[in-house]
Amino acid sequence: MDELMVDGNAVAGLLQQVFAIEMTTALGRCNECGAIEAMGATRVFRGAGIVMRCPRCDNALVTMVTDDERLWVGFPGVGTLEVRL
Amino acid sequence: MAGTAVLGRLKWEVADVVEIVPETPRVKRIVFEVPGWAGHRAGQHVDIRLTAEDGYRAERSYSIASAPDGTRIEIAVERLDDGEVSPYLTDELRPGDQIELRGPVGGYFVWEPTEGGPLLLVAGGSGIAPLMAMIRLRAAARSDVETRLLCSSRSWAEIVYRRELDQLSGDGLTVAHTLTRTQPRGWTGYTRRVDREMLAEVAQAPDESPLVYVCGPTPFVEAVATALVDLGHEARLIKTERFGATGA
Repeated sequence: MDELMVDGNAVAGLLQQVFAIEMTTALGRCNECGAIEAMGATRVFRGAGIVMRCPRCDNALVTMVTDDERLWVGFPGVGTLEVRL
Repeated sequence: MAGTAVLGRLKWEVADVVEIVPETPRVKRIVFEVPGWAGHRAGQHVDIRLTAEDGYRAERSYSIASAPDGTRIEIAVERLDDGEVSPYLTDELRPGDQIELRGPVGGYFVWEPTEGGPLLLVAGGSGIAPLMAMIRLRAAARSDVETRLLCSSRSWAEIVYRRELDQLSGDGLTVAHTLTRTQPRGWTGYTRRVDREMLAEVAQAPDESPLVYVCGPTPFVEAVATALVDLGHEARLIKTERFGATGA
């Protein structure tokens, strides 16, 4: 277990800044294991950037890297995101 | 307000520090007045941003410990000796100072009185903060949802919100404490880390399907969530909030 791991909740502000909606309740489907989980339930690891991993199989779902002016978001492991309108 | 609405881009706002109160030797309660604050839900957090003179910035997310109450919000900050942000908040900040924050954020680790219960809340150290928002909201809304709180602290003096929890218990709220390092003389409560046996004694039976909220350091949350699933609680009813490794 990585003791620095946190939940998707911890990056709620960053996600909301990007998507302009509350994203921790959005459901993401993992491309690897097929699990559909709330983004708030993902496992978040912070290093040079942020990696959000599937709570079931650890697949990297979303990556985010920021500097002061820009944000790069990658979706290496999310097939679909279900968002409430 | 609800998590369903389109909220627009989050903006950093300037908040005034209204009150700073030592809660335990390592935790302070900080109350902010946030002009234009549109309210929040119990369990949501705020991001706080500090900017150094050379432009270096550090951001941290803190759970809101207060129930919705106009434009005031309260957080509980534990001082981490090697922290970038918490020593500033606990040691340097003074009432009258201003600070940048944005929020409320989150919608997953949230409880509304309309969701009902029963509720099982498990806190490691200052992980009580978002659960306190739920307990305070429950009281303010005069909810009679059957609620059990299990608090793990190092010692009696380090129980965060101990006095207020004493006052609020009763009326369907029961509070159990475990003191993992030192105990006062005559202590008859638990003296070990939260484990499966303790949860079996304190928690509702799995067939009562309590809504479970667990908040604390990552190893604590891992251990509690795993034990609850072992006991037969459904994983989908267990919501967790891990705040990294800070030892409770």
